[in-house]
Amino acid sequence: MSANSAFIIHHSAFAVEFTLNGSPISVEIDATDRLLDTLRYRLGLTGTKEGCGEGECGACTVYLDGLPVNACLVPTYQVRGRRVETVESLAPARLDPLLTHGATQCGACTPGVAMTSCWIIDHPDLLATHSVRELLAGNLCRCTGYDGILDGITAAMQGRP
Amino acid sequence: MKLFQPATLPEALDILAGQRAVVPMAGATDLLVHWPTRPAEHDKPYLDLSALAELRGVRWTDRELQLGALATYWDVIADQQAVRELPLLVQAARLVGALQIQARGTWAGNIVNASPAADGVPVLMAYDASVVLQSVRGREEVPLAEFYRGYKQLRRTDDQLVVAIRVPRRSYTVQQFHKVGSRRAQAIAKVGLALTRSTEGWRVVAASMAPTIRRCPALERLLETGADLREPEALLAAIASDTSPIDDIRSSAEYRRHVMARVLFSAVRA
Repeated sequence: MSANSAFIIHHSAFAVEFTLNGSPISVEIDATDRLLDTLRYRLGLTGTKEGCGEGECGACTVYLDGLPVNACLVPTYQVRGRRVETVESLAPARLDPLLTHGATQCGACTPGVAMTSCWIIDHPDLLATHSVRELLAGNLCRCTGYDGILDGITAAMQGRP
Repeated sequence: MKLFQPATLPEALDILAGQRAVVPMAGATDLLVHWPTRPAEHDKPYLDLSALAELRGVRWTDRELQLGALATYWDVIADQQAVRELPLLVQAARLVGALQIQARGTWAGNIVNASPAADGVPVLMAYDASVVLQSVRGREEVPLAEFYRGYKQLRRTDDQLVVAIRVPRRSYTVQQFHKVGSRRAQAIAKVGLALTRSTEGWRVVAASMAPTIRRCPALERLLETGADLREPEALLAAIASDTSPIDDIRSSAEYRRHVMARVLFSAVRA
């Protein structure tokens, strides 16, 4: 290995800087930390939930550089220099269509559902190739069924309550 | 955990050459599953690829599509040229997990994870893709159809990094991908089938039917000869010769053979 290599090796805690909900932040992490745990336990942003821990249920959905991802499968060190948005960044009024259409019951899936729903609402062009159901397939809800969620998204996209 | 974060590809290759069994990490969607409950995995050395700009993205040349090692499923889903020209890539990508996985998971990761039930690998194989490996010793290119030696056994040495996947541009008269799972999304294949026909001939690729994703030479020969297939059962002998499905948590060998016969029969009859 060349003596002047500039790569970084981490064995223990180190700092990672990124943009969280619009503000720059620096946080001490371990290389093994998942973004989900960093958000919840280091930064106190407990809106992001852990469901399955294997990328199926979507309760931990956050945006990474504007795309929905499962925070349980993102190593925190990889968000260095990138943009992370959590459910805490959503304006409360954005949840109105979901509430109006009965899209929530126990609430465990709701933060993730809200994140994906708002993302779909913000990307109407995708409906040329994708159905709302396909885009929402990564968010499991075991209470309401999905019709209320779909109705809420559809209403928001059509600009009705 | 020992984490290497190279800023350039040459640095990454130096690290792989100087250490044993460093695990390259891209989208991490396979590596981080149930992560807190698998402390043994935390002790391994990892090589973070995420800063290597030269490995990003989807690039078209006159002759081929090049997927960088960091190209995600979503990169391909969003690529209009891929939708038109290599639609099976888009179709398979849309069946991997769901949006949140598609945004992070990479094609190269799907190849090296070497699941017999992979969704990305069969369509790449049906398009005659090849895997570009690089190390401090140089560059090597291996046809994807020859990349697996056995269950989770790759033709990749510890010092090599998958840097790209090359997919030739051809005209196809048949392009089909079928995935039979327990549900439409968030499913792992019980049976997968990718099927193409070009001037290079038929390609029949089976998933979840053997210890690796694999081409099916007996079925390809059968289709080449234009045999008159009157019923799905006419395919079972060739399927038996090409595959070795097992009974497992997701399905049974018997079911897999019969479903593959029916899926293939209806695909080629159409």
